[in-house]
Amino acid sequence: MTRTPTDSSSSPTMRLFNRPWRQRGSSDMFKPTMSVMILQYVLLVVLLLITVFPFVWQLSTSLKGAGEDIYVFPPRLIPQAPTLEHYATVARTIPILSYAWHSALVAAAQVVSNVVLATMGGYALALMRFRGKAIVMGLLLSTMLLPGEVTLTSQYLTVKALGFQNSLVGVFLPGAVGAMNVLLMWTACRMMPESILDAAVIDGANAWQRLRYVVWPNIRGMASVVALFSFIGAWDDFLWPLVVLSEPAKYTLTVGMQYLSSNFGSNPRVVAAGTMISLIPIIILFAAFQRFFFQGVQEGGVKG
Amino acid sequence: MRANRWFTPWLLLGPAIIWVLVFSIWPFLNTVVLAFTNARPLQAAQFVGGDNFVRLFGDDRFVYALQTCAVYVVVCIPLLTFLPLLIALLVNSRIPGIGFFRTTFYFPVVASAVVVAIIWKWLFDSSGVVNEALAWMGLLDRPYAFLVHRWSLTFCAIGLTVWKGLGYYMVVYLAALGNVSHELHEAAALDGAGRWSRFWVVTVPGVRGGMLLIAALIGVSAMRVFSEIYVLSNGTGGPGGQSMTVVMMIQAVGKGLNGQLGYASAISVILFLVTLWPLLLVALVNWGPQLGAMRRQQRASVEANRLLKRGQAARRQVVTTR
Repeated sequence: MTRTPTDSSSSPTMRLFNRPWRQRGSSDMFKPTMSVMILQYVLLVVLLLITVFPFVWQLSTSLKGAGEDIYVFPPRLIPQAPTLEHYATVARTIPILSYAWHSALVAAAQVVSNVVLATMGGYALALMRFRGKAIVMGLLLSTMLLPGEVTLTSQYLTVKALGFQNSLVGVFLPGAVGAMNVLLMWTACRMMPESILDAAVIDGANAWQRLRYVVWPNIRGMASVVALFSFIGAWDDFLWPLVVLSEPAKYTLTVGMQYLSSNFGSNPRVVAAGTMISLIPIIILFAAFQRFFFQGVQEGGVKG
Repeated sequence: MRANRWFTPWLLLGPAIIWVLVFSIWPFLNTVVLAFTNARPLQAAQFVGGDNFVRLFGDDRFVYALQTCAVYVVVCIPLLTFLPLLIALLVNSRIPGIGFFRTTFYFPVVASAVVVAIIWKWLFDSSGVVNEALAWMGLLDRPYAFLVHRWSLTFCAIGLTVWKGLGYYMVVYLAALGNVSHELHEAAALDGAGRWSRFWVVTVPGVRGGMLLIAALIGVSAMRVFSEIYVLSNGTGGPGGQSMTVVMMIQAVGKGLNGQLGYASAISVILFLVTLWPLLLVALVNWGPQLGAMRRQQRASVEANRLLKRGQAARRQVVTTR
């Protein structure tokens, strides 16, 4: 981005290469002035510190050796002698890898079931005509008003009656298809122009072929949103697995972490190593797919 | 164009409908029924009328739980309605590196509440960083045990909820800010409005609809709070269970072989009734004027009809008497 003396910053072609702040005499009022921009960066960095500090501190704690003071203030974030021994210790103390495996199983199952079943439901609701559609919509929308915590006790009784108490299937089952996800897929399918589907019908495509080859390529974005939020929801869920699982051997990661923290809480370094094991998959997922997260929140209040 | 057999949509929708009926509607109806019984596991339930509800309001634990949730709602709503708006304004510009900041601010949202609460437990421990910092600044001479007093524990949990929620509502506001028209801002600026007054007369009215919904959602999720206080207090709900929330109480009362399912269901019904009204209120404010207009229109047409009929009758009378 080298500037030659002939450049005039007001020429329209040079707009792109303008400085990000407003200069004297410029009329672009949506650009901050230089001093405002500096203030903005200062505030952003302060917020950044508030957001990241607990995580960084935890990471640094998990890497510090037993002899190093973790509570000193101002905090030293870079360990003097970094060590991975606490990660080994946490795996010895509780079966944390098998807890992580349980969480991953439940999350993967819920991703698949939610994507498949919500896509089918959303497709039928948006692009097919049938009697009773209003009733189905009403049914789905009414569950939006019903917090899961309200039905906690009875839901447990239902799962128990089905014989799935104290099992991962019991953890997975109630979340297999969320009404919210069906509605999200419905909004995505509604964007499809009817004429394209009519054309597919004339070409002899049946309902399944229309869904697979005409609709699906257009709603894959929303399906990713559903997949991501299902995964995060399952991975982060605490109350339901806590209620369903009674045996420590079957715990998922969140329940296991709470178990670790309340029973082996004397060593913060070990607990910190455990929290990092539970955070890392989420960090990777989030870094890889962050634009879908933003889309998901903006599409209509998916609660993570 | 009709191109599918009548049962195809039902095949596609079947699983979703069955799941909603089996895991939402049925448990809800069951909860309402159980609330009027003394059901326990391994024991036949008997109908006891409103006894559970009478007992609830004499139960200290329930009163504590309601108080905790009320404080949670009252503190969270203003903080989480306005702070994320300010953050959204801060990141809603085209300066370099802004994408990085937005992404990082969202990060606490995707982390699990349990993990974050475990981290906060160490931060607020009597030898934790917060105490060390306060001592270093000379504000405390003896470490303060944040997590063993009723209200300091509650406020630590509130702080955690607010910190974790900022990024989420920031993104919601970013979408709302995209709809605030640039022209209005420009016009206001030309009329001599500064940043501050433009915020109040252009931005805030522009996002007001979203703001109301956000406030209601925050209220509802503050009433449903569980993991934060459960983890911070090691599942005990603070000293004597005084910081317990309503959901914690449902879980504590209903669990185990001796769980009082009927009593837990009665608490659930109350929770449902309290979480319903913020959303109804939003619906009323957002669609109330339309409903009112419709009703007025209807009334006006009924009135017009009546007048018309009376006029006709009068004319008929005039005709017959002549």
